[in-house]
Amino acid sequence: MSEIASRLQHHFADEEQQYDAATFGMWVFLVTEIMFFGGLLMTYVVYRTTFPQVFAEASHHLNIYLGTFNTIVLIGSSLTMAMAVHSARLNHRNALAGYLVLTMILGSVFLGVKSYEYAHKWHEGLFPGNFFYDGPDAVHQRLFFSVYFALTGLHAAHMIIGIGIMAVMLRMTLKNSFDENWYTPVELTGLYWHFVDLVWIFLFPLLYLIERHG
Amino acid sequence: MQTSERKKPNYLNAEHTVASWLLTVDHKRIAILYLVSITLMFFIGGLMAGAIRTELLTPAGDLMSSDTYDKAFTLHGIVMVFFFLIPSIPATLGNFLVPLMIGAKDLAFPRLNLLSWYVYIVGATIGIVATVTGGLDTGWTLYTPYSTAYATTNVVLPAIGIFITGFSSILTGLNFIVTIHKMRAPGLTWFRLPLFIWAHYATSIVMVLATPVIAITVLMVVLDRGFGLGIFDPKAGGDPVLFQHLFWFYSHPAVYIMILPAMGVISEVIPCFSKKRIFGYNFIAASSLSIAVIGFFVWGHHLFTTPQSMYAAMAFSIISFAVAVPSAVKTFNWAATMYKGSITFEAPMIYAFGFMGLFLVGGLTGLFLGALGLDLHVHDTYFVVAHFHYIMVGGAIMAYMAGLHFWWPKITGKMYPEGPAKAAALIIFVGFNLTFFPQFLAGYAGMPRRYHYYPPEFQIFNVLSTAGASILGFGYLLPLCYLLWSLRHGREAGPNPWGATGLEWMIDSPPPPHNFDTTPVVNWEPYDYPAAHRDAAKDAVPEAASV
Repeated sequence: MSEIASRLQHHFADEEQQYDAATFGMWVFLVTEIMFFGGLLMTYVVYRTTFPQVFAEASHHLNIYLGTFNTIVLIGSSLTMAMAVHSARLNHRNALAGYLVLTMILGSVFLGVKSYEYAHKWHEGLFPGNFFYDGPDAVHQRLFFSVYFALTGLHAAHMIIGIGIMAVMLRMTLKNSFDENWYTPVELTGLYWHFVDLVWIFLFPLLYLIERHG
Repeated sequence: MQTSERKKPNYLNAEHTVASWLLTVDHKRIAILYLVSITLMFFIGGLMAGAIRTELLTPAGDLMSSDTYDKAFTLHGIVMVFFFLIPSIPATLGNFLVPLMIGAKDLAFPRLNLLSWYVYIVGATIGIVATVTGGLDTGWTLYTPYSTAYATTNVVLPAIGIFITGFSSILTGLNFIVTIHKMRAPGLTWFRLPLFIWAHYATSIVMVLATPVIAITVLMVVLDRGFGLGIFDPKAGGDPVLFQHLFWFYSHPAVYIMILPAMGVISEVIPCFSKKRIFGYNFIAASSLSIAVIGFFVWGHHLFTTPQSMYAAMAFSIISFAVAVPSAVKTFNWAATMYKGSITFEAPMIYAFGFMGLFLVGGLTGLFLGALGLDLHVHDTYFVVAHFHYIMVGGAIMAYMAGLHFWWPKITGKMYPEGPAKAAALIIFVGFNLTFFPQFLAGYAGMPRRYHYYPPEFQIFNVLSTAGASILGFGYLLPLCYLLWSLRHGREAGPNPWGATGLEWMIDSPPPPHNFDTTPVVNWEPYDYPAAHRDAAKDAVPEAASV
């Protein structure tokens, strides 16, 4: 009991206030993240409306099967993350550790596939610093790939950070830091991870699925 | 009573080690850390301003080369905007006062608060080192494609400095929003909050929504320069004007990050020295929020000379006029607060008067610039320079000085010397006007900004301006001297030297480490000034209320 009381920082009146503040703070942080990605997405919108055909053409250079696979992997990792938070709430320590590991594995699979895609683009000469593609309208194709690498790179950086945070959560779980009264860090990690997944849910159609019908 | 209070530890003397300062999570100590850092930045930026004004004394470019001059005004702009003005009031006075004013023991996330200071220090250091060693000549606006493709100076490091510093601003805003939502004392409803809190709430919204956009924008500049993304490079099919849109999407609201907290300070100072309840509380609170919201939709008025669509320009122009309405609401309400009040002229009040006069000029000339036709005439002239200095220096820094003097007794426990403070306030006011008013005339007559030589007919304006800048610089050095002097020799302030309302005045000066021994219960309205004025035993009110 004394251990739980010690988790209440001195400036909060009670644990409910502390929990509310932490989750509310995380939501506000996610709003800043939306604006952060928003600046890049705005860039995407401007160039896609300026060069619709070029973007559709360039989009076909992306591997739709790998993109779909990765989308499924990420949605799966959101499920395992949700299960991790659920296990934390029920104080099922082993399940929590297991789901955290599973989420980290799925996140790593995503990053692995992504780096394979990146390497492929490098060899095809579709990488902004290593651009030797000479198809039609190559200049504007390059613009598509600049935006593609900026967006997916930023997203991948967020995933790497997320996996790092999950490693910390795993360590805290194994050290018995959480119980059913206090698992706020797991909850916040979950919010973050779902946000990162959601970003991909937007990036996948915006980048891979331009004019793919018919 | 006096001696027993003396023995109680306060936040300044509770611990003495260097580590107790550098690792503190106390919002009051972090406010002091910020105060010291931004004061240093202010004088670095001020030094550059001095260099610029000295160069402009004569029409010929005789003191420095064009390249050096470009670097001087860029450093001045970057330091003053990103490393001084943005954190100025929120990170010092706001950090110190937000928890005190709402009856909380600290901000919601004390460690995040400390982190924000370290992030600020890292960002500012990178920015300063980069600009001092290599120098940056793009102007603080970093316009593309010059910054991405052509500038031979060091763009990447200062941009990274700005990127990093942005996160300290985001963390501060996030902390304030959560604190104001979740940490208010029992009974302290939204409409009992001091207007300083409303102003900081509105500021925090802008910080949280706008700052990430400048972060991603300068990141794109860095990537563009480093990896040739070509996003803003017309040769690669990119659109340099897109940068301007993204840049001003932050940098216009950033003006409200500077001016909204300033307005919050004024809303505290004026009722106190008029001994009168603030007039139109609800309207002032709402106007802070509407300035924050409307401020997000006016950025296009910085792009009237670009190929922005005519209809977009018209919309931006109308919305820019609209943002003047809530600003005017505040100004009228401050004037109405003073009407029939018992006005006294202590230094904070003189600064507040200075604020109102200068903000009025700055605001009204803003309407000139929001007008499509006139803006084409004065775009990129000294008229613009004068306008935004009236807002950012005449407005934000005057209010910062007002607040610093007003809460100095609370922060340090010592009174500043009133005579020198009044003199400094007047000197700054006179020096400011002499510096910047001639720039309106020079700009209107067509003198462009950012050149280190100019046709001789502009010399009279520049001589006046440089003379004013010398007075202004002297004026800013005075508070540095007498405020430091007061730390040792100032008279003991006591809990409430001004007879002010507000929870921060109901505790000792300097406050104890955890602010409130017992959480206060608020059952009174804000700015209850006639009552406080009549009540001789006003210091007894808090004890009675908190029981």
